Amino acid sequence: MSGRDPIKDTGRELQMFSVRAITAAVIALLLATTVFTRLVVLQVVDHQHYQSLSQGNRVRIEPVPPTRGLIFDRNGILLAENITAYQLELIPEQVEHLDTTLQRLRDLDLLDDEDESRFRANLKKNARRFNPVPLKFRLTEEELARFAVQRQNFPGVDFRARPARHYPLGQLAVHAIGYVGNLSLADLERIDNTEYAGTTHIGKTGVERAYEDELHGKVGYQHVVVNAQGRSLQILKRSPPIPGKDLYLTLDVPTQRAAEEALDGRRGSVVALDPFNGEVLALASTPGYDPNAFARGLSSREYARLRDDPSTPFLNRALSGQYPPGSTIKPILGLAALHYHTLNPWEKSYCQGYYSIPGNDHRYRDWKIEGHGEMNLVDAIEQSCDVYFYQLALELGIDRIQLIMKLFGFGSRTNIDIRGERSGLMPSREWKKKRFKTPAERVWFPGETVITGIGQGSTLTTPLQLAYATAAIATHGRRFRPRLVDAVRDRTSGEIEQRAVEPQMVINIGVPGDWQHIIDAMIGVVHGQRGTARAVGLNSEYRIAGKTGTAQVFTVGQDETYDDLDLKETQRDHAWFVAFAPAAKPRIAVVVLVENGGSGSGTAAPIARRVMDAYLLDQFRPDDGT
Amino acid sequence: MELDSGHQRKPLNLMGRMLMRLHVDGPLLLLLLLICGLGLFILYSADGQSMARVNRQLVRMFVAFCAALIIAQLSPNLLRLWSPWMFAGGVVLLVLVEFTGESGKGAQRWLDVGLFTFQPSEIMKLAVPMMLAWYYHNRPLPPDLRMLAMGLLLIVIPTTLILRQPDLGTSLLIASSGVFVIYLAGLSVGLIVILNLLFAGIAPLYWHFFMHNFQRQRVLTFINPESDPLGAGYHIIQSKIAIGSGGIFGKGWQNGTQAQLEFLPERSTDFIFAVIGEEFGLLGLLTLLVLYLLVMARGLYIATQAQDTYSRLLAGSISLTFFLYVFVNTGMVTGLLPVVGVPLPLVSYGGTSMVTLMAGFGILMSIHSHRKFMAQ
Repeated sequence: MSGRDPIKDTGRELQMFSVRAITAAVIALLLATTVFTRLVVLQVVDHQHYQSLSQGNRVRIEPVPPTRGLIFDRNGILLAENITAYQLELIPEQVEHLDTTLQRLRDLDLLDDEDESRFRANLKKNARRFNPVPLKFRLTEEELARFAVQRQNFPGVDFRARPARHYPLGQLAVHAIGYVGNLSLADLERIDNTEYAGTTHIGKTGVERAYEDELHGKVGYQHVVVNAQGRSLQILKRSPPIPGKDLYLTLDVPTQRAAEEALDGRRGSVVALDPFNGEVLALASTPGYDPNAFARGLSSREYARLRDDPSTPFLNRALSGQYPPGSTIKPILGLAALHYHTLNPWEKSYCQGYYSIPGNDHRYRDWKIEGHGEMNLVDAIEQSCDVYFYQLALELGIDRIQLIMKLFGFGSRTNIDIRGERSGLMPSREWKKKRFKTPAERVWFPGETVITGIGQGSTLTTPLQLAYATAAIATHGRRFRPRLVDAVRDRTSGEIEQRAVEPQMVINIGVPGDWQHIIDAMIGVVHGQRGTARAVGLNSEYRIAGKTGTAQVFTVGQDETYDDLDLKETQRDHAWFVAFAPAAKPRIAVVVLVENGGSGSGTAAPIARRVMDAYLLDQFRPDDGT
Repeated sequence: MELDSGHQRKPLNLMGRMLMRLHVDGPLLLLLLLICGLGLFILYSADGQSMARVNRQLVRMFVAFCAALIIAQLSPNLLRLWSPWMFAGGVVLLVLVEFTGESGKGAQRWLDVGLFTFQPSEIMKLAVPMMLAWYYHNRPLPPDLRMLAMGLLLIVIPTTLILRQPDLGTSLLIASSGVFVIYLAGLSVGLIVILNLLFAGIAPLYWHFFMHNFQRQRVLTFINPESDPLGAGYHIIQSKIAIGSGGIFGKGWQNGTQAQLEFLPERSTDFIFAVIGEEFGLLGLLTLLVLYLLVMARGLYIATQAQDTYSRLLAGSISLTFFLYVFVNTGMVTGLLPVVGVPLPLVSYGGTSMVTLMAGFGILMSIHSHRKFMAQ
């Protein structure tokens, strides 16, 4: 070919294109003919063969769902198991008078409106009349007995055993463990559908959801002989499923129980961590709800009642509840001041009950109207003097405050191993610039720094986040990612895989003496003469370092006096208490939040004491058989 | 030489004039509607008589036809100007998938764009032939070695990215759409032979170093279906039984035991061709095959009537690629080719590929309806 001419030759190009197109069309026709020939072979020549194969197609492959892994606490106490539940089913082709049968079941009080409408909906979807359609899930023993005596009068209706999830301790730690529920359309989008063939439930929240892959196991198959209508006759061979793995949680049931009992009747949360490895010893949020109801299947009415409950039982307050931290952050601010040398910790300053920024007569009030008098850093933490910290915060400035607070985890997730965690909020100049639109709103005011000093203003934290920060004080700055699962056990091989402790960057501020100075002040909060939580320190068998906090919900006007009794319950302050113990060698860090609980010392601190007692004192420990 | 295709303005009836004004190609539209209608009809039967799924598919078809009509309004010149940008954008998205893509079912193909997720590889199905047609349209044809190398590079970049996702079927089909452009541009027969030999040489290397285990398994299963009776082999065995037992006339609508008793997997998606074979027999399949061939033929006719190189190459590649889809799917369902997971165009249940296909037909309509009729 000599046609390498740089000038386009359109005519030749067009002619060549036509040849090429026709050649391609001929090849396509040949390929189509190949397919057609193949079809003729299959459908005409070998038709008899395939027809007999189709008629004799008696072996169907059915999935066998795996059994779900069990969940234990750190002591081996069972938290989630699989039990046999009985479900009432009806086989349409065996029932002559459907309506009368249903009516008679209703007369026996075995069916209600909701069961019946769900059954009728399922009946429409069920293509084969020999397949059973569920009438009622999870019969109680009494219902089972009532039906059993009448069984011969109900041809085509029978009960069937199915595996079901059961939480033997009921709603204990429901926000940590989570629950399983019916597979929804949204679930089907995110899972491998073949792995869930034959499975009806899936982890929805908590550990049940986060460790779904471990808990679920691998599906098995069986070859079943079926007749021409598709009815199963016989199992030929089975490749058994691989059961899900068991989980050992870091949770300690006695501690968890103490937390929930102490919180009982209130809206609140308790988070307890082992400060030296991030193990979550207790994670409570009240009110809770019964996970067994979800595993059984809630009626829409029951669900709506829980969802619309004003005390929001579904809210996991420990991870998703965001509150102003109040005075609980004073120890950290004290540490920041020591690090930046903005104050002499021994120097006393005078608290007259209010503070004003120099050159401005707005009064930021102390909770103690008459004032605390002469205060140094230790006194100010012990007695939670607001005025001292107003001034401390102003001297530090918001930039340094937010830098240190962020090191302690404020404003970001702790990355605990379950979902639903919120990040709280640590305000800064940059945050204000991003958050607001008008230039006037974007300015950071000194007054905002002042109230940040007592954990008010825009600052928000979750109980988990505050527990993480408190644990970091206890360890002099060593931090560990909080986790709920300690080990995963393979049930077939018995192999136990320990989850690694995940140390995070050490907070490297101040000198060791600075940390001890702050911890001593926190010990003073509980054991000192004038400590705000001295009531809970009385007769304790171990030393506690703590800090009370009261987060304002309702803003009090400049000239009003705060009077608890005049405020509605939901306008009352949130009560906080953060603590770790034993103070010299901390084994547990606890945070207690009581929504609208009033004072931290009166409401929250006693709860923390009960939780620490349950973990640290022998008489509350489970009998380990020695 | 000047453009001299010798078209005569044919007298058009009212209907024809209306379609022309809407930039719609009547014969092509009719064929596509017939195939889609047949598809809905069989989907109802294949999917357990569920009207809900049929309705969803109907909505997708509507969206896809709208996409085609909108694209038909754009002039080929505009499409040509956009081609390199689309291609570049598509490559960027593929790179994004590589780093941030959502993996669905073990393969990383989807990109989350806030409101919805989509596969950038779908864009490439059109962007690759558009890019190659753009590259060749103002260069002297047939292409010399340098132009061939450039064309191959333009194909290899996106297909390698898609292979890494890993999606063997799609990357091969996209590569083919590009190769069709080079072929139609007039690549010499000698070079075609050499390229084929090269490819045959690369294939074993590819098997050893780049293929995922599940992809190797599919090829092995193709050679011996009985080796994997639970997975892909089971698909092929059941699909052959379904087609074979259908005979010449089929078992009748909704009467296919293979499909209705759920022996046939993927009945509404990749293996829907077998359901047609079981319920409508050889006659049903033949009808469908003829419809597909006619669509391709119409597309190639439009290509030969096109007035510039870009339109010609693009229209030709779109038509041939469409038929390649049909061949790969029917070949796979009848056991001629390995199971590669390519849906039957316009008939299989599913939305993404439908929109891309119809967008391609929109381009064909645009090319055909934007021709300028030249006076002699």
